[in-house]
Amino acid sequence: MKISMDIELKDIPGQLVLALKPVSDFGGNILSVLHQRDKKTPSGRIPVQLVFEIEERRLDRLVEGLKERGVNVVRIGKERLKESMVVLLIGHIVHSDIRKMIDSIDSTGFAEVVELSLSMPGVDKKSSASVTLSAIGTEELKEALNILERTVNKKGIMVISSI
Amino acid sequence: MKTKQKTVRISIIGFGNVGGGVAEVIKRKREEIARKYGIDIKIVGIADMKGVIVNENGLSDDAIMKLKTGEKPEDMTTLDVIKEVEHEVMVEATPTNVVSGEPGLTHMITALESGRDVVTSNKGPLALQYRKLMELATTKGKEMRFEATVGGAMPIISLVRENLAGNGIISIEGILNGTCNYILTRMVEEELPYEHVLKEAQERGIAEADPSKDVAGTDTAVKLVILANSVFGRAVTYKDVDVAGITDITPEALKLANDAGYVIKLIGEVDRDECLKVAPRLVPKDDPLNVGGTLNVATIKTDLAGDITVIGKGAGPIEAASAILSDIIGIYIST
Repeated sequence: MKISMDIELKDIPGQLVLALKPVSDFGGNILSVLHQRDKKTPSGRIPVQLVFEIEERRLDRLVEGLKERGVNVVRIGKERLKESMVVLLIGHIVHSDIRKMIDSIDSTGFAEVVELSLSMPGVDKKSSASVTLSAIGTEELKEALNILERTVNKKGIMVISSI
Repeated sequence: MKTKQKTVRISIIGFGNVGGGVAEVIKRKREEIARKYGIDIKIVGIADMKGVIVNENGLSDDAIMKLKTGEKPEDMTTLDVIKEVEHEVMVEATPTNVVSGEPGLTHMITALESGRDVVTSNKGPLALQYRKLMELATTKGKEMRFEATVGGAMPIISLVRENLAGNGIISIEGILNGTCNYILTRMVEEELPYEHVLKEAQERGIAEADPSKDVAGTDTAVKLVILANSVFGRAVTYKDVDVAGITDITPEALKLANDAGYVIKLIGEVDRDECLKVAPRLVPKDDPLNVGGTLNVATIKTDLAGDITVIGKGAGPIEAASAILSDIIGIYIST
C-alpha cells in the first residue's frame, strides 16, 4: 500500500536518519522524502513529508516505532489504489447492464471503477464509454482489465485498451 | 566507392503499381547506383497478365512502355521467364493473396530453384510459407528479401537485421496500415463518422473500393506474421493472429479518448513470446506512435538500444519500389 505521511522532527542532527530507518526496518520502500528546513513549525520542529510503500499490517507498528523515537506523526494518508488506466468501450453498453460490469470490478477488492463517461448519440446507435480503472498494483490492474474484457466481450462490446 | 562494376540482371514479375514503380526508380537511379555502389541494374524480363517482354541485354524504356499499352508480348509464360531467361534477381510484385499465396508463391519457389535471388513486396507467400521459402533459399544459397512487405518505405526488417545487430528484440508495435491511420485521423479532425470518412478515403484513392483487407485489420495482421517469423523466429501464420479492425470505432469514442489524453490507432503488436495481436488501442497523445495521416510507424523495443521508433510512408508505388531497390542493392553490396 502507498502511504503519504507528514512527520515533524526535532531540529538537532541525525533526526532524519532516525525517522527513516524504521520505515526500511518494517520492509517499507521509500518513494519520496521532502525535508523542509526553512518551514519550521511554531514549536520549532522541522516538517518532513514522506511517501512510501509498506504492507498494511505493518503500518501501526511503524507509527509506534516512530513515536518511540520521538518523531511526531501528524498525518497519515493512505492511497490504496495507486495504479490507473483508461479503457474505452463501444457497443450497446446501457442495455448490457453496466451496473454488473462495475460490480465485477469493484467486488474484487483490489480494483475499482473510479470514473465513467458515457456518450449516447442515439437510441439505436452504439454508445461509447470511457472507464477509468484503479487498482492496488500493476498486476491487479491487468487482472481488472481481463475481468472487464471477459464481462463485456460476451455482450459484443468492444474494449479498447491503452498500449 | 567500388570501382569494379557488377551487372545485376533482374526480372519483374507483376507489373502493376509496384512493379511499374520498380522500373521507374531503376530508370531514374540507374546511373547513380552504378556510380555509388558499382552495380549496374538491368531489367531483362517483365511478366504480367498482359504478357511478357524479354531482352537479355536489358529492356529499353520503349519496350517497357509498349507492354503497358499491351503491345508485342513474347510467346512465353511467366514461369518461362523466371526459369529460362538468365538473370540474378527476380522481383516478385504480384498482388497479395493470403488464402493460397498464389501466384506469388509458385513464382518465388521457381525462382529460388532456378538459382535466382528473390526480392518481393508480396506478403501472401511469406505470411503462409515463410519457413519453407527461407529453407529453400538457404539450400540453394540464394537470398530472399522482403523489406517492402512491411511498412513500405519505412525500414524495419533490415534495420533490425543490420543496424540493430547484436540487440535482442523484445517487441515491435506500431501502425502498419496507412489507410486505417488516415481514416482514424480524419475522423478526429472532422468529427465525422466512419462511413463518411471511408468514402472520402476511397475518393482520394487512399482506400480501395473493397476496403475490407485494410479496415478489418487483415493487412496489418499479415505484416505482423512476417515480422513474427523473420524478426522473432516464430513459426506462425495468419490464422494465429488475434485481429480486430476499425469499422466499429465511433466519433464519440474518439472524443472520449481525446478528453482523456489519448488517440485511437489500429496497432499491431508482436513480441518474442506469445503476443500477436491487431486491435484498436489507446495511444497517449505524446507517444511517438501518435502519427497522423497515412503514415506508418513502429516502435522496436530492444535490450541494448532501448526503444527505437521509425516513421515513414507505408504505401505508394515509389515508396514500395524504394524498399525493393534497397533490398537489391543490399544483396550485392553484402556479397
